[in-house]
Amino acid sequence: MKKITVLELLQLDLKENDALNLTCIAGRRGLARELKVPEINRPGLELSGFYDNFAFQRIQIFGRGETAYLEKLSKEGKQDTLETLFSCEIPCCVFTHGQSPTGTFTELAERSGCAVLQTDLASSEFTTRVIRVLSNIFAPKQSVHGVLVEVFGIGVLIVGDSGVGKSEAALALIERNHRLVADDLVEIRRVSGNILMGTGTGVSSHHMEIRGLGIINITHLFGVGAIRDKKQIQVVVKLEEWDANKTYDRIGAEENFTEILGVQVPYLLMPVKPGRNIPIIIETAAMNERLKKMGYYSAKEFSKNVMKWLETESARAIFLNEK
Amino acid sequence: MIEQEVVIKNRAGIHARPAALLVQTAGRFGSQIYLEKDGERVNGKSIMGIITLGATYNSPIRIIAEGADEKEAVSAIVRLFESKFEEE
Repeated sequence: MKKITVLELLQLDLKENDALNLTCIAGRRGLARELKVPEINRPGLELSGFYDNFAFQRIQIFGRGETAYLEKLSKEGKQDTLETLFSCEIPCCVFTHGQSPTGTFTELAERSGCAVLQTDLASSEFTTRVIRVLSNIFAPKQSVHGVLVEVFGIGVLIVGDSGVGKSEAALALIERNHRLVADDLVEIRRVSGNILMGTGTGVSSHHMEIRGLGIINITHLFGVGAIRDKKQIQVVVKLEEWDANKTYDRIGAEENFTEILGVQVPYLLMPVKPGRNIPIIIETAAMNERLKKMGYYSAKEFSKNVMKWLETESARAIFLNEK
Repeated sequence: MIEQEVVIKNRAGIHARPAALLVQTAGRFGSQIYLEKDGERVNGKSIMGIITLGATYNSPIRIIAEGADEKEAVSAIVRLFESKFEEE
């Protein structure tokens, strides 16, 4: 089962509307505790002393209400509910709106070794962000050998045997102003149910290995316009050496799919042989995919028109024969 | 060179799917293969060519093959027509 420590959560490289702005204000020992579920809890009920079904394994979020209640408890000198709270193995407490906990709370947190974190975000905003971030981390994951490129806004995953020309095809696409997401090893995560998000793996992403050239840095060679950090996989193109005994799709009226992490993705089997300009074919495939998304399916429309035409021809023939 | 005439027996005529089957079959042979309808001759290995023939139900089609495996080619294509392109 997937898990991350509180320290790892603090160290995540999150940008813009994913940033959690967390700092640890107490209980440093607790940074080693682990998060095992991508969920949160507002411990209002628990603070008032009701501990049935307490979701202690979740991140505990203290918003304005909870913090005010803590202060009331502190004034009244009650701390038994807090002691119960910290007797559970809770991963960490987060105070939103940049608020700080009461002295007793901090003391108890230190003693039980539970990290107290603070963020300047509002509770609801922090909740949506942390759930999004954790869901991505806990999302089902798979690594695929291939190249992920963005072509006209469509995420195209190029797969195929080693040496069939995946990287070369991708390089030609980059040269034609499309973008590289990852070469060689693509990490795929299933997020929000059925979206397949592809990224590179750390240091090697945005580098490519081209036979005869070695390893090249795409960002330095083509500029930042030629790269992307992540992209949804919308088509899978499999390159394979042309097999004379195999029949390849000539019409394209039937859509083929391949399954990645339980999600169906349109799939094209693309034979490679000298004289076939693969990058241009992939480019066209991406445009055709966009057309399909807009509701126009070229092959089906063509097929329908042919049928209509044959029907009228046939009707005419019958009419002329009867005369 | 051998020739044989067939009549289209599937109601829908030769639309995209049968045309794809035809070129698939024709592509297996080395011979030059042509289809002829009303004096119009198209390459039997070209899908667009076959579709533009406008071959409807009951229309006669002449199959022409020339090459080393012409006999097998013609009989394979005739079989396709007789099986109504696996439709119906």
